[in-house]
Amino acid sequence: MTDLLGALPGAVAQGIIWGIMAIGVYITYKVLDIADLTVDGSICTGAAVCTMMMLSGQSPWLSVFCAVLAGIAAGSITGFLHVLLGIPAILAGILTQMVLWSVNLKILGKANQAISSRSNPVILSQMDIDSALIVLAIFAVVTVAVLYLYFGTEIGCAIRATGSNPVMSRAQGINTGLTKILGLAISNGIVALSGALLCQYQGYTDINMGRGAVVIGLAAVVIGEVLAKRISTNFAVRLFGVIAGAIVYYVVYQIIIFSGFDTDLLKMFSAIVVALFLGIPYLRKKLRAAHSVSKRGAQNA
Amino acid sequence: MLEMKNVTKIFNPGSIDEKLALDNLSLTVSEGEFVTVIGGNGAGKSTMQNAICGTWLPDSGSIFLGGVNVTSLPEYKRAKYLGRVYQDPMMGTAAGMQIEENLALAARRGAHRSLRPGIRKSEREEYRRMLEELDLGLETRLSAKVGTLSGGQRQALTLLMATMQKPRLLLLDEHTAALDPKTAAKVMQLTDKIVRENKLTTLMITHNMRDAIEYGSRLIMLHNGRIILDISGEEKKKLTVANLLEMFTKASGNEFANDRAILS
Repeated sequence: MTDLLGALPGAVAQGIIWGIMAIGVYITYKVLDIADLTVDGSICTGAAVCTMMMLSGQSPWLSVFCAVLAGIAAGSITGFLHVLLGIPAILAGILTQMVLWSVNLKILGKANQAISSRSNPVILSQMDIDSALIVLAIFAVVTVAVLYLYFGTEIGCAIRATGSNPVMSRAQGINTGLTKILGLAISNGIVALSGALLCQYQGYTDINMGRGAVVIGLAAVVIGEVLAKRISTNFAVRLFGVIAGAIVYYVVYQIIIFSGFDTDLLKMFSAIVVALFLGIPYLRKKLRAAHSVSKRGAQNA
Repeated sequence: MLEMKNVTKIFNPGSIDEKLALDNLSLTVSEGEFVTVIGGNGAGKSTMQNAICGTWLPDSGSIFLGGVNVTSLPEYKRAKYLGRVYQDPMMGTAAGMQIEENLALAARRGAHRSLRPGIRKSEREEYRRMLEELDLGLETRLSAKVGTLSGGQRQALTLLMATMQKPRLLLLDEHTAALDPKTAAKVMQLTDKIVRENKLTTLMITHNMRDAIEYGSRLIMLHNGRIILDISGEEKKKLTVANLLEMFTKASGNEFANDRAILS
């Protein structure tokens, strides 16, 4: 039990890192209404760029900044494939993901690259969880604040309108192709940011670190939705809800590991949780409709 | 204000579903004219409006709006000249955004969108005043999500958004057809008021013959992608549903009499 309590701060730290990634997923999935699978690749791209720059002696801050730029580029590729070539968004994301697998391997030079906090000046590390938590909290707040302000601007509103109703958006003079590319770029920039933080925190970048990232992101988004719904519809509250969702996810994950559960099955259970959260509202609506029909039928009889 | 010259559009060319939707259609609408458009299903009414909006590009012909050749302009670029209200109340507004945010989007139609605030404080007062004029009680709900409004309220809001910046051409595509009769009448009256007050050049598709006769200064009828009737001035004022039906039947063969238009 004391082991579990001892592991909780680490779970929270991981939760915040993946929560920042989940905010990227939120922007495509909820704001833009696009299921973007680029993230499985772009989180690793962010980590790879950050790791290799730091290993070559660059400052961690500059490395994080360049990682974000790499993520923006990755998201733009998906955007171009989708908007300019008319490829369905899901497929465009998968194609970019494939491209990124090769690109990430080339950046890293091998499948796994360690970055030690002892030999490199890192922003955060799991060796010092207390200060890592403070650094991550600051990153989370700044990310949410910047996005909150951005999506309140004219161009930010145009991106939201595109996700809500593309036909109406074009009728209001919005270039919906451009806003989709912008949204995908911003989303993957944030995902790459979380990758850059994650590689420093865990001390290595692995070519497989992004596998299933989109599912974790969706889990955080749907859990966060449930948490934030009761508080406010405010955009910033929703984004913090997503981070809280990711923290809940990782704390539960930690508890499951400590309860001696077969960890091979964890990915399957993550997927089941997401499927349930996404499916239940739909089934509930259907059941309610069927119920009201049968009730009306009974009245008429 | 609007000039369509020999516009032709064929859907699914070369296939078994090939459809000549617009057949060498020419139409000139002068400034301030309020044209009502009638015709059976598949006559080309909506296709004509979509050609003007740029939903797709025509196969041949050209389209001018206020002297500007818009034939090959993408939809979002010619949006600054146009105001649109659709048949589906869900189409004209962003359901997930607030009433005031929707109005702010419309206020920026045709303008460059930058990192300035999406809505300014001073705008809110303006919007409140505009909504007060609609008299639907929306002026107290500026921050409500549009998805919570009724169909009639959404159509009225869409109408306001389409006209708050004076468009060169207002396009109404059966915009009262999906509403209950009472709400439809109210939205139609509101439309007439806004069009008159702002002297808007308007093209209104309707399947309601009484509306087509009662409103507007000119009436055209489409059939098989062509204009087969064009009535304006004194002649239009004298029209009745009965003699309009008779004209339709004569101009289009018997087809039209079987159409749902007869029911209105």
